[in-house]
Amino acid sequence: MRSLLYTPERRIAVIGFLVAAVLISMASWGEIRTMSLLIEFFYLLALSQLWNLLAGYAGLVSVGQQAWIGIGGYALLVMADDFGIPLGLAFLLVGVVAALLSYPAAKLLFRLRGGYYAIGTWVVSEVFYLLISGSTSWSGGGLGRSLQAARFIQPPAMRITLVYVIAVVLAIGSIALVYYLMRSRLGLGLTAIRDSEMGAASLGVNVNKLKLFVYVVCAAGTAIVGALIYLNALNIIPKAAFSVNWTAYMIFMVVIGGIGTIEGPIFGTIVFFLLRQYLSDFGEWSLIILGCAAVIIMLVAPQGLWGIIRGRSQIELFPVRRKLSPNFEKSE
Amino acid sequence: MDWLNAIVQGILLGGLYALYGTGLSLIFGVMRIVNLAHGDFIVLAAYLSLVVTQIAGLSPFATILAVVPLLFVFGYVLQKTVLNRALTGNLLPPVVITFGISIILQNALQLIFSPNSQGLDAGSLETASIQLGRLNIGWVPFITLITAIVVLAILQLFLTRTALGRAFRATSDNPGIAELMGINSRQIYGIALGLSLAIVALAGILLGIRTNFAPAEGPARLLFAFETVIIGGLGNLWGTLIGGIILGIAQVIGASFNPGWFQLAGHVVTLLVLAFLPSGLFPRTREL
Repeated sequence: MRSLLYTPERRIAVIGFLVAAVLISMASWGEIRTMSLLIEFFYLLALSQLWNLLAGYAGLVSVGQQAWIGIGGYALLVMADDFGIPLGLAFLLVGVVAALLSYPAAKLLFRLRGGYYAIGTWVVSEVFYLLISGSTSWSGGGLGRSLQAARFIQPPAMRITLVYVIAVVLAIGSIALVYYLMRSRLGLGLTAIRDSEMGAASLGVNVNKLKLFVYVVCAAGTAIVGALIYLNALNIIPKAAFSVNWTAYMIFMVVIGGIGTIEGPIFGTIVFFLLRQYLSDFGEWSLIILGCAAVIIMLVAPQGLWGIIRGRSQIELFPVRRKLSPNFEKSE
Repeated sequence: MDWLNAIVQGILLGGLYALYGTGLSLIFGVMRIVNLAHGDFIVLAAYLSLVVTQIAGLSPFATILAVVPLLFVFGYVLQKTVLNRALTGNLLPPVVITFGISIILQNALQLIFSPNSQGLDAGSLETASIQLGRLNIGWVPFITLITAIVVLAILQLFLTRTALGRAFRATSDNPGIAELMGINSRQIYGIALGLSLAIVALAGILLGIRTNFAPAEGPARLLFAFETVIIGGLGNLWGTLIGGIILGIAQVIGASFNPGWFQLAGHVVTLLVLAFLPSGLFPRTREL
């Protein structure tokens, strides 16, 4: 037992599996209403982790991640309904489709820097949106279309339970992805790039290759979450699937919670989720309030809520920072 | 299809896009940030003009006298109070803050003016046109193109012939050394965003006279401004005009094949420029 808990990686893996097991077991005893509420929470959590990996760790501040939500939703529908691919297989293939599309997109986008890169990602998303909404046979035009293949999962409660389990797996999986990536060699390279791109390159980090890898992984991951969102919603409309609001949510969650940490987006998602439940009656006001919160946090406490908590208590739930060991300092 | 007419209409549309792009590239040139709320400010200007016409009963053209100074002051104050604090050398804060402002503006406009589209009423001038053989040149698009050329010419004279313009260029090259020479770079940034939004105000009013506008249309304007700058070449003043014209022609020709291809054609041309001429058609000869 001691060896199982010897390193932080193993401790976190054990805790992660326990949390996942408890959450998944809820599928057998939880209420459908609670589960459908939690589905939204878990997919938002996965989205915020992925945007944080992209912007907080790889420095690719994107405002066009809605591209991959839309691609994910439509790839699932087209493969399952039009090509007759079994739903489960189609769901897995969504990630492959997005990865294949994101590779050439990244090649073009990486010619842009900073703010212009951000707008470029938006243009790419608009191109996908216009291509899909322009082809009525695939998109069903402005009215959208619904996922027919999901009708075979009966009764409806069964589908919600299934979506819930996938949502839990995706949320915990995305945290695990970021955590183990950041503790690996690649993570060390990413941290170096974040601190100084030129410095990292001069020490032999292949900056472009690493960024490309993160971009493709995040596109594929976001698309799988997109597929889940529409496996849950069943009906898809191009305008909503490719709405920039998806990215606005991701940015607000990550910035409010604290960018560049794993804990930050978790906190941010909880705060965002609760705020949205309370503000949902206020329509436009809810986005105005969330926008103001993000702007103010960026100005006053750019480390976000988690940064404030960590500053006081020095705790880390997911240690990914590299520190000098005390022994090393002594020997200096 | 009538190629000549498409090209002429595209050139006229390009005048509007040159105005969009100039404001965006001006602040990028001076302080290296991209204002993601740029398009929403264009729509905001159109709504402000609408309010002034309704309160004062003025022609939309006359509202320029009120809306342009108003947005200049707004830009100056916004830079001094908010954006100057975000200039930490890290690219994240300006992107997040201007994106946040964009979402706030869009939703606030929707709350105040409803999501429905509205237009500015410039009377008979709106539909008046000059007939040149089989070409039909609308007065409003023509005035817009001339405005763009005049704005670019004034901007060039300002940047090359005035002390303040010299301070702009110095801050653009190296804010640290400019400050050693007694230039207050924060003040320069404030004036730069003010000027950018003043040009945006002109663009927004001309847009409102030309077509209807709605609160949700800001992001599309931002993308047109961006594409204008990318096609023309970053930091090239007159390249912005050519970039706008090429974008306009691409959109008009795209739309003549299929109305849905209006925006798509512009996006595709931009991506092609990015793929084959990554520094634009007219690469920068200097920073501003």
